[in-house]
Amino acid sequence: MEPTLSPAGIAALTILLLPLAAAAVIAFCTQRDGERSANLSIGAIALSFILSLGLFFFTGDKAQEITFNWLSVGDLKVSFGLLLDPLSKLMLLVVTGVGLMIHIYSRGYLHGDRSFSRYFASLSLFTFSMLGIVLANNLFMMFVFWELVGVSSYLLIGFWFEKNSAADAAKKAFLTNRVGDFGFILGIILTWVALGSVNFAELASALDGKAFPFASLTEPLGKIAGGTHWWVVHPNVLATLVGLLLFMGAMGKSAQFPLHVWLPDAMEGPTPVSALIHAATMVAAGVFMLCRIFFILDIPGSHALEIIAWIGGFTALLAALMALQQNDIKRILAYSTLSQLGYMVMAVGLHAPGPAMFHLTTHAAFKALLFLGAGSVIYACHHEQNIWKMGGLREAMPTTWRTFQWGTLALCGVWPFAGFFSKDAILAAALEHQNIPLFVLGVFIAGLTTFYMSRLVLVAFCGNARSEEASHAHESPNVMIWPLKILAVPTLLAGAWGIDAYIGKAFPGGHQPHNEGFWQNLFSPFNHNILAAAFGLLAVVAGYQLARTLYVNAASDPLPDKIGVLAKLARDRFYFDELYEWFISVTQETLAKVADWFDRWVIAGLLVRGTHGTTELFGRALRLVQTGSLQTYAFLFAAGVVLVLAWQLLQTHAH
Amino acid sequence: MNVGLEHYLTVSAMLFCLGLLGVILRRNVLVIYMSLELMLNAANLALVAFSRFNENLTGQMMVFFVITVAAAEVAVGLALIVALYRKRQSAHVEDLTSLKL
Amino acid sequence: MALPDALFYLFAFLTLLFGALVVANPFSRNPVTSAMFLVLTICAMAGLFVLLNAFFLAAVQILVYAGAVMVLFLFVIMLLDLKEEQRRKINLFGIVTGTGAVLGLGFLLTRTIWGGDLNQSANPRVIGDTKALGLELFTKGQFLLPFEIVSVLLLVAMVGVILLSKKELK
Repeated sequence: MEPTLSPAGIAALTILLLPLAAAAVIAFCTQRDGERSANLSIGAIALSFILSLGLFFFTGDKAQEITFNWLSVGDLKVSFGLLLDPLSKLMLLVVTGVGLMIHIYSRGYLHGDRSFSRYFASLSLFTFSMLGIVLANNLFMMFVFWELVGVSSYLLIGFWFEKNSAADAAKKAFLTNRVGDFGFILGIILTWVALGSVNFAELASALDGKAFPFASLTEPLGKIAGGTHWWVVHPNVLATLVGLLLFMGAMGKSAQFPLHVWLPDAMEGPTPVSALIHAATMVAAGVFMLCRIFFILDIPGSHALEIIAWIGGFTALLAALMALQQNDIKRILAYSTLSQLGYMVMAVGLHAPGPAMFHLTTHAAFKALLFLGAGSVIYACHHEQNIWKMGGLREAMPTTWRTFQWGTLALCGVWPFAGFFSKDAILAAALEHQNIPLFVLGVFIAGLTTFYMSRLVLVAFCGNARSEEASHAHESPNVMIWPLKILAVPTLLAGAWGIDAYIGKAFPGGHQPHNEGFWQNLFSPFNHNILAAAFGLLAVVAGYQLARTLYVNAASDPLPDKIGVLAKLARDRFYFDELYEWFISVTQETLAKVADWFDRWVIAGLLVRGTHGTTELFGRALRLVQTGSLQTYAFLFAAGVVLVLAWQLLQTHAH
Repeated sequence: MNVGLEHYLTVSAMLFCLGLLGVILRRNVLVIYMSLELMLNAANLALVAFSRFNENLTGQMMVFFVITVAAAEVAVGLALIVALYRKRQSAHVEDLTSLKL
Repeated sequence: MALPDALFYLFAFLTLLFGALVVANPFSRNPVTSAMFLVLTICAMAGLFVLLNAFFLAAVQILVYAGAVMVLFLFVIMLLDLKEEQRRKINLFGIVTGTGAVLGLGFLLTRTIWGGDLNQSANPRVIGDTKALGLELFTKGQFLLPFEIVSVLLLVAMVGVILLSKKELK
């Protein structure tokens, strides 16, 4: 197939390949020159951002596709292609925009680091991989870039690999991701077997509105298994299975329960990395993928979405509880990311991918802001991360304080900040779907979110300085402050820019929000669903009040005394890590023992020594025939003759 | 009862079995050899009986040659036994087991 | 009973008796005894040959077998100066299995012989006098060449015997 080289196509290809070129040049040419590497990397992503803006504003809403035929084996045709529809265009903006801020910020944060060039090369590689996921037009290509993102995140999390904890965290992230990817590839294979294609457009048209598309599935699968009856599975079960397997990929990448264990440990990487990977882009890839394949999850009769919604809700709750008792500023933010991801996945499960993408966009902005602010704080306190050793930073670092405050307000969902609109959209979707338990859960988690974020702010920024470093803190350099200021703008305003209307066009069917202009958009949640808005705001107020009574001017954490063992559970992350470690060591040991037994007794014992022994036994037995005595031989001769004659003569006699 | 071919053949068979018994059971090399000659004789008898009762002179011809060759064979065999006796100083078959594994 | 039949039974009995005595005689374990009884067996067999109308062969049997071969045997026994066989351990297992095999063979052969269908001619002409034998050997049959070869064989046997019984030259 000839690649159609429309301007949009060229632009998309350039966006994708620029960071890769930057990474290659840094890796091969400018490793010694840190400044040049940084400039290359920042320049590449800046260009990509400008091109993404162009694509966003100057192309229509219809989906466009550019394909190159890559691999053709029998029935399997894998193409390398780029898909440009509202979903990918929005995501492009998010990735390149937030990425650009973080690239600039890193220049200041990692100044003087030994491996400056390596950092920027890895960062560019990561950007390339992420853009690949966003622009992919078929599941195979998406999977290739999925894995690339995993590798890049390994490189970035383990950037300071001399620290054992960092190397271990990188490994943990990669391996947990891998478990999810296993389910993902199974899902891809099942999709291909059932529907004959992995291209999104083809799949969408194949499934368009059909009630039981898998009624035809039992036939191809039956052919594979030789037409045996046990392989005839109910179409609903098959649809659910495909949906859940594909969801496993998102489970790994977006750290849903039970594969959530890698995200907090991944805070071992530099703070800008945490901002990029774990706030704005990589973990959002899972949610993005779910929205991409939403039409597969949404097949009538499939129960995948209900299960996904509950997993999302449960993850959100679990993470919020764990965040209540963490003392490391980055860990609190990590758990809050987990919680918000749970919200997004829950939204997808409630048949509302539009609100999920909306929340993803706003979350990218304010979470990156929060992480960069935390980085600024850590930098000012000489790499101290414990909030109980901070305090009084409100006066010492005014810009950081102001932007951090805005980020917190957005995260808690306070009107008119962006987070309020996206969270409200999700709660409204829950009500519209008549799913009261999930609605209540969502509201409760909103309250918890406000509680622990207020705790963080009250302890780290307000009150008096609690340690030496905190009292000597001062504002960070400009190269770190300006990204904070720039990110504060969408944090405040993104709610009313009509993003939800834009993204709604990618998901026809369901509630379509309208872009009525900036000032009308500010008040539309109240018109649309007053209950959701009211409960949301109520939760925020309750959470803040509770935190204020406990944490204003607190010298140490009063909560463990009040709720005792629950606090310990939360602080120790509900012992999931210990559980997994035990489980893996047990399975590993059992397998090793079985393999050892097999090797020792079957292969070495039975096959090797057995063959030797049997041959020797036969030899010894047969040796006894050679007596050397002629008479024995004569006797054996006679006996043989008798036997043969007997057989012959008696046979013929019988005739 | 009329003596027919079967009777002669029975005698021949019995003689053959006796010879075989001697080969298997006796320990003296020379006695073994003599039993061997007994077996040859039994075969000769069978040949002549068949020749007589089937009007075919070939049987007697065979016996002629068998006797001749048996004579030559006895000569050579005995020479061998003599040589063996000189080596081993014994004519007992249990001493002649150098082919034993 | 007709005379030939009676004579047959007599000679058959003698043959088998002397044959048995060759193999297992209770008199002594001296091989000379066995040799003697073998001579007697051969003579009894010559009688059987006569009954079968093979006169020439009966004569040859006595002349060559009893006269030359057995004499040779006795020479060798004397030469080796064999004493009585020492009693050694009796291998009961060997005796039992050996006897069993031989009895089995005997049983098989008898059963075959008396099983009928020996394909013999009815009322055969009696042939086998010496004149016919001579004609068969020298002119009518294909036995002239084998006859000459057998003489060479005897020569070879002689040479072999001389070679084998030579003492090592010091």
